[in-house]
Amino acid sequence: MFATIGFRRIIQIVALFMLAVAPAQLASAATEKSRIGSFTLDNGLQVVVIPDHRAPVVTHMVWYKVGGADEPKGSSGIAHFLEHLMFKSTEKIPVGEFSKIVARLGGQDNAFTGHDATAYFQRVAKDRLPKMMEMEADRMVNLRLTEKEVLTERDVILEERRSRVENNPAAILSEQMDATLYLAHPYGIPIIGWAHEIAKLSREDALNYYKHFYAPNNAIVVIAGDVTVDEVKPMAEATYGKLPANPKVGATRERPQEPPSVSARRVTYKDPRAGKASLHRDYQAPSYSTAEPGEAEALDLLGKVLAHGTTSRVYKKLAVQDKVASSTGGYYDGSGLDGGKLSMYLIAADSSNLQDVEKALDGVIAEVRENGVTEAELTRAKNSYIATYTYENDNQMTLARRYGWALSLGRTIEQVENWPEAIAKVTTEDVKKVAQKYLDPRRSVTGLLIPTPPEQAKIGQPNPPAKPRS
Amino acid sequence: MTMRQQRRHRLRSITTLNLIAALILASVAFATTGPAHAMKIEKVKSPGGIEAWLVEEHSNPLMALRFSFLGGNSQDPEGKAGLANFLSGMMDEGAGDLDSTAFQEKMEELSFRMKFEDSRDAFYGTFETLTPNRDESVAMLKLALTETRFDTAAVERIRGQLLAGLAYAARDPQKVAYREWFTTAFPGHPFGIPNTGTEESVATITKEDLESFRKATFARSNLKVVAVGDITPEQLGKLLDDVFGSLPAQADLKPVADAVPIKGGKVQLVEMNVPQAVAVFGLGAMKRKDPDFMAAFVVNQILGGGGFASTLMEEVREKRGLAYSVYSFLQPYHYGTIWSGGVATKAAAIEQSLDVIRAELKRMATEGPTQDQFESAKKYLVGSYALRFDTNAKIASQLLALYEEGFGPEYVEERNDMIEAVTMDQAKKVAKRLLDNDDLIITVVGPKVDPAKKVAAPPVKPAQAPAGAPL
Repeated sequence: MFATIGFRRIIQIVALFMLAVAPAQLASAATEKSRIGSFTLDNGLQVVVIPDHRAPVVTHMVWYKVGGADEPKGSSGIAHFLEHLMFKSTEKIPVGEFSKIVARLGGQDNAFTGHDATAYFQRVAKDRLPKMMEMEADRMVNLRLTEKEVLTERDVILEERRSRVENNPAAILSEQMDATLYLAHPYGIPIIGWAHEIAKLSREDALNYYKHFYAPNNAIVVIAGDVTVDEVKPMAEATYGKLPANPKVGATRERPQEPPSVSARRVTYKDPRAGKASLHRDYQAPSYSTAEPGEAEALDLLGKVLAHGTTSRVYKKLAVQDKVASSTGGYYDGSGLDGGKLSMYLIAADSSNLQDVEKALDGVIAEVRENGVTEAELTRAKNSYIATYTYENDNQMTLARRYGWALSLGRTIEQVENWPEAIAKVTTEDVKKVAQKYLDPRRSVTGLLIPTPPEQAKIGQPNPPAKPRS
Repeated sequence: MTMRQQRRHRLRSITTLNLIAALILASVAFATTGPAHAMKIEKVKSPGGIEAWLVEEHSNPLMALRFSFLGGNSQDPEGKAGLANFLSGMMDEGAGDLDSTAFQEKMEELSFRMKFEDSRDAFYGTFETLTPNRDESVAMLKLALTETRFDTAAVERIRGQLLAGLAYAARDPQKVAYREWFTTAFPGHPFGIPNTGTEESVATITKEDLESFRKATFARSNLKVVAVGDITPEQLGKLLDDVFGSLPAQADLKPVADAVPIKGGKVQLVEMNVPQAVAVFGLGAMKRKDPDFMAAFVVNQILGGGGFASTLMEEVREKRGLAYSVYSFLQPYHYGTIWSGGVATKAAAIEQSLDVIRAELKRMATEGPTQDQFESAKKYLVGSYALRFDTNAKIASQLLALYEEGFGPEYVEERNDMIEAVTMDQAKKVAKRLLDNDDLIITVVGPKVDPAKKVAAPPVKPAQAPAGAPL
């Protein structure tokens, strides 16, 4: 019941494509189709409008087609750092006032950074939308930064890294696993950055990155809520429409790509704070952007049947039947521009027994590669995705993300909308094929998180006692 | 997650009075200045006499139901801490003829969502269904509430998960900080008992404990229900009787004293070897229906409830870079209200963060907010109220909270006027009442810091924004 407040935070977007629809629900997907409108301004900025007239509010999001994987080598974290710095000042907006202005207008704002995209958003009453567009357009090109602001914010980010990673053994292991899974691609570098590189980021690094990548022709505006395309168009022209395009920002995104995976890898991390022994397994797989037609959808359904939730094979075998694991989980992340992964984790019932857990997991995986999944499992998985898709239509923020993320990766509205049909078409044979192809040990990293004996927690007076300071 | 406990007792209810279909007792419609276009809240009474609030919304084929049974983990019996939480984990682990796997597979086939969680004062259920599957899904909800199985294998599996959760929580500085804060603040009161229990207490919980807790606390007398979405009053009336009609009329709750934190303040350190120390601070606050509550709500918004617009964020994060997150909130429980907050800072500088926070609390208590802070906070609270009502699920949560607190549907319409009516004088007076005392309880989780390594606080000039360098 305690609020966790994550301002300007990183969200590792994993589940944006976890929506699917089976035949019965195609009608409702079609209803949504007819709602979406889109146009492109002369300077290259694309605007997408998702009408939702149930409440007089809108969600306004600006997506930049740039993220952690586009950073210069050695400057890890600059994408996320700039995201924080975007809340500083412009000629029109004094330092630190951006969020305060939004709040005084009754709005909420935030931002997040991924490996492939960075987004800023406000949720406001619909009559505040023109002001939000004016403010976002302004900071797209007019950001100002002082040395002191940059240095103070850098300390904030180092604290953010401590909160998210250094205070959390599972997050430390996850960073190590990504760094091991990707030999060449920057997906191996954490979005928040390595601490020693964050500590050296400068005002100049931030501004160089900003000036190159933040431009209307490298952005997409998504507006979901109580508006129509006809209402939005003149507002967009009056604000974003005035900005010049940046011809230097390329249409293609060249990042180092992975060599073929030829060897299974292992990472072990020991920490007294680990709590329980757990096993983590990631397989490199294609994403919706890189897969052969139909493969990503099949991987999505495979991830569900194999490892997601308590009806999955892994849970039923290891937690219910063999009782070697207390909890399990897993999913397919197909949201990346250059690739995706199948991930799963298992918490050992007995911390000394991780080998049994691994052996049992490998047995489940071998079985699914050999024999695939059943019709009943596939239908249930499809049903579950359909429902998720429909439930998510209740939330305009989720809709705005669904389209914003996909379009930032170069996918089209049509591809997003055809996704339910594509899921519905997946057969058990398709699932078996991707299982055979991608659940190959040579594509995998196995991570072990092992608790070492904890230090005794002591409760007492702080040392030294708190001193009042005037 | 969780809820509560032990005595049992059932009264057959007399359900013959309202035989006619669901009765709409009252309804409140909002003008366009309200939270939503024409959002209409109806009070519905089922033929069997069960009341609920309803917002009809037929544009998506979905319905969200949110309900609560007063009690929560404050009803955990002595020595059985974590029982309500345990029960919340058992609710989809099999019911009627279906064992856990069969139950969960059926949930997936029908694509409904069902979640239970306990808090300190209530046990919550959230249920969402697609319209075409509504009848079958509702039948499953009823089964879960009335014929929970508690199979030994499932009980042991969930126990294993809860114990694993405790092992993680014991090493998570944030969770340890809250647990110890409550333990310190509420000695001898159920609020002081860890709500997820301890390894010892969770180990002793039996299926009989779970069953008797369910029977004692799932009743019509302590039930509140809100429905939002694609359902008519008549359909809802039938649903209410189907799902809840067979529950006992009266819950058997043990009395819970008012939750009042200790006076006199306290600072404690829980030693843990983590790079970043976590601190939780807080004290008792006015009850939800205290005439000062709204003003306290505004004061909290200014201090730490308003994200970047709040003074704690300004002083701790924006000016000094001491933390990523610093916040406060006012939490009105049924049994009492707390005002609380938290911060996380590298171990060597946590005292510095706490000093800054103490100074801000003192400033607020003695000087009150500035006119600008005061007006900005009110503008935000008024302007953003509609944002709480833009999805079915959020509407259901908002309304259930009001219903539980004893307000009527008209509250939604009147609430912004109540915020507007708070005056600066009142805010100052209430800030003083809330904060001008020595009652602050602070729990810090982190390493023992060598005083020599402590970071000195850099002086910060008053808030005159420096001009930024133009690009």
